[in-house]
Amino acid sequence: MVASTETVKQVQELGADRYKYGFSTDIEMDMAPKGVNEDIVRMISAKKEEPEWLLDWRLKAFRAWQEMAEPEWAKVAFPEIDYQDAYYYAAPKSGDKPKSLDEVDPKLLETYEKLGIPLREQEVLAGVEGAPKIAVDAVFDSVSVATTFKRELEKHGVIFCSISEAVKTHPELVRKYLGSVVPFTDNKHACLNSAVFTDGSFVYIPKGVRCPMELSTYFRINAENTGQFERTLIIADDDSYVSYLEGCTAPQRDENQLHAAVVELIALDNAEIKYSTVQNWFPGDENGKGGIYNFVTKRGACRGVKSKIAWTQVETGSAVTWKYPSCILQGDGSVGEFYSVAITNNFQQADTGTKMIHLGKNTTSKIISKGISAGRADQTYRGLVRIGPKADGARNFTQCDSLLIGDKCGAHTVPYIESRNPSATLEHEATTSKISEDQLFYCLSRGMSAEDAVGLIVNGFCKEVMQTLPMEFAVEAQKLIGISLEGSVG
Amino acid sequence: MALLEIRDLQAEVDGKEILKGINLTVEAGEVHAVMGPNGSGKSTLSYVLAGREGYEVTGGEVLYDGENLLDLEPEERACEGLFLAFQYPVEIPGVAGTTFLRHALNAKRKYHGEDEYDAMEFVKFVRAKAKSLNLSDDMLKRPVNVGFSGGEKKRNETLQMAVLEPRLAVLDETDSGLDIDALKVVADGVNALRAPDRAMVVITHYQRLLDYVVPDKVHVMANGRIVKSGDKSLALELEERGYAHLLDAAA
Repeated sequence: MVASTETVKQVQELGADRYKYGFSTDIEMDMAPKGVNEDIVRMISAKKEEPEWLLDWRLKAFRAWQEMAEPEWAKVAFPEIDYQDAYYYAAPKSGDKPKSLDEVDPKLLETYEKLGIPLREQEVLAGVEGAPKIAVDAVFDSVSVATTFKRELEKHGVIFCSISEAVKTHPELVRKYLGSVVPFTDNKHACLNSAVFTDGSFVYIPKGVRCPMELSTYFRINAENTGQFERTLIIADDDSYVSYLEGCTAPQRDENQLHAAVVELIALDNAEIKYSTVQNWFPGDENGKGGIYNFVTKRGACRGVKSKIAWTQVETGSAVTWKYPSCILQGDGSVGEFYSVAITNNFQQADTGTKMIHLGKNTTSKIISKGISAGRADQTYRGLVRIGPKADGARNFTQCDSLLIGDKCGAHTVPYIESRNPSATLEHEATTSKISEDQLFYCLSRGMSAEDAVGLIVNGFCKEVMQTLPMEFAVEAQKLIGISLEGSVG
Repeated sequence: MALLEIRDLQAEVDGKEILKGINLTVEAGEVHAVMGPNGSGKSTLSYVLAGREGYEVTGGEVLYDGENLLDLEPEERACEGLFLAFQYPVEIPGVAGTTFLRHALNAKRKYHGEDEYDAMEFVKFVRAKAKSLNLSDDMLKRPVNVGFSGGEKKRNETLQMAVLEPRLAVLDETDSGLDIDALKVVADGVNALRAPDRAMVVITHYQRLLDYVVPDKVHVMANGRIVKSGDKSLALELEERGYAHLLDAAA
């Protein structure tokens, strides 16, 4: 993906300061008043011309949300969130929904171009041979403004659209699966999302179809003070396969911003879903001011026999991260995997990990977590492996490695293991290490700068996880690791 | 003008004085051997030249090509053509040798305003280098030094030296931990890199490396000073008589 490997360079050329993706686009916003109440929920639903059942679901969620307590068990600290001080609906003002990219606000396209997002898919459109095919459903603030590659996907029967569109065009699928993996009562953040989600992506891969391209969504928070509540729903029907990429960057700003996304994956018999994330939201400045609150609920259900869900995440951004992409292994012989690289620098905090819930027989799961902490940052791996009484022959392997840079940061590992079946096999390995003076000097003595050296050493440390990323993402992710750790040595 | 001129260099580590006034002049094209017993300050000299943190220069100066070497950061020294072959090369898990060396060479090329190599160009370049030295480039596919035998580590250092094409190479006990076959391979590599515009300082405890890498000059270090200099016959003399009589003279 040429366009995206050039991202870093392009953004650097813009002269953005320390946070390389820190610029904001000046587009007129169509906003709801600040705060959240039942009227706002109704307004969002009405703006999207939603059916009655969805409005009811939103309202139930909203009522539940008001009663729910904030999750407080994570090892993160931040001021109490004033939910009434944020906007819950913002959409680029461009009148009716554009019919094609030509009708899209040029400023919007400019923003993506700055980011190097291959929205126009120039190479492919120009017919360049061997160009990678990636379909992008771009979420600009809250409304999907353009979807490319629809036609080729349609040929294979793949549905890839915004979730608001799916509500209109495939209501039976949305109604059947929405909230079926993450019920709105799951946790306070997911509950708020259920009430006020404005958009997100919807994917359905029909039986026996191997999705012909990587599906990709780039999120970008743009409006000041706009909380982001994406909702993603991916369904892989029997014997199908899909690889989905999610990448995030955000403009620089001072106020803390709440982001509470929900992602639900459903894999039926023999289906496989690979979900990769590179998360690079504004982490706050070097004094800990600003930055995104990233409270995400991601969960996949391996409903079918021998189905498989693999999460890969590279988390370099956000001021506070609270995120546990998980797998519920219901189908016999189903497989769950979690590969994670989390980098925290300066005053960033991350509490992240996974849950592997083994319910079916001979289910297996693998967890590889690599945490890198620098500056005054603190991070925690928190994981749960639960083996149900019927999960005969279940197996898990967990490896948690932490790397510390400097002597003011922290790394913590909190693995929970619950087994109710004596035939289960569970393995857990954990290490904590520091970048040694020897390694650093060895690199310096070969001419590398300290930052280049740290980037290289850290990328080596994360290699097992980086290898699971699709090629298009891996290059960008490697560069992000270097950028995220700038200023951590010397 | 000498390529390297060390004048009355004094240095300490953790507040302890290790180098007590080193004087050494190396011309381009020459190979100098620095010998001496353990604890004489040989490795400290190599680290001071390379600019390792914690090795505090307390007096004297080092001129490299007429410029003050000690003013430069370690990576600048490397980019200016100084290379240190480590006595104990460091493991970097997960980083393939090719990647490591490409980063190193590109850092140097960038420093000199040259275009950086992409991955493909670099692989071609490094293969040619390895071939010219009769070294296998297989180990470049493996993570840097991880699980390498002593011989592989030293061959890897030699290959790195060949790729980075230094003007001044300091080889710190390159012969330690090598059997005679591995020693020959490494020595052949080092000899192949001898060039009229390149100088080498070979630090060694034993004379046997000097059977294969024949030095122009030999210096004996003891107690932080160079106590005797001579030609290659000095090394043979040391082999026969040991360091003791020189140490007595120095004390």
